[in-house]
Amino acid sequence: MFHSAILIAILCIALAMLGFIYRAIKGPTIPDRVIALDALGINLVALTALISIVLDTNAFLEVILLIGILAFIGTVAFSKFLEKGEVIENDRDR
Amino acid sequence: MIEIVKLIVILFIMIGAFLNLVAALGVIRLPDVYTRNHAASKASALGIMSILLGTFLYFYFINHHFNSRILLGIVFFFLTTPVAGHLIGRASYNSGVKLWDKSVQDDLKNSKNHTGIRE
Repeated sequence: MFHSAILIAILCIALAMLGFIYRAIKGPTIPDRVIALDALGINLVALTALISIVLDTNAFLEVILLIGILAFIGTVAFSKFLEKGEVIENDRDR
Repeated sequence: MIEIVKLIVILFIMIGAFLNLVAALGVIRLPDVYTRNHAASKASALGIMSILLGTFLYFYFINHHFNSRILLGIVFFFLTTPVAGHLIGRASYNSGVKLWDKSVQDDLKNSKNHTGIRE
């Protein structure tokens, strides 16, 4: 029962990822795609946690924090690029 | 004891998976960028925190392994998901994405102090 409940949860996460992939492909504007990719990163973290429960190992739990940090940094860099046109600015006179 | 812990873990994980599914449904269905951002940032944040709490309880009570990285992950998602949603919403407003046709109020357009709009 426990195992099948975890498998149902993995199925729900996979359907959610399909929805976000649909929005990332079709989305009319660029920020739609960035939102969809950020949520895809979050769902990937959920999938990692559930798979580490299924395999009954704690070797993958560092990956959770790593994917979270990478998704946040990617979203911040993309939004700064959309707003200012560059990610790292070097001018001191502005 | 083990069965009760397994039931609680199943409850948390099911709530988290359902909230992620609801977030995906909102991102598909809602009409413009800001409402989609609203759906994705809030529902996904609560869903992932619930799933990570279920994972932490599973490894703590069944494997007797206290994993502090999952707790750090919960705190990190609680802090950074709203910040990412705010940043991408502000970037989409400043880069000129239109609101939905039927939305009635745009206070930021009339604000004198609002800087950073690129014409």
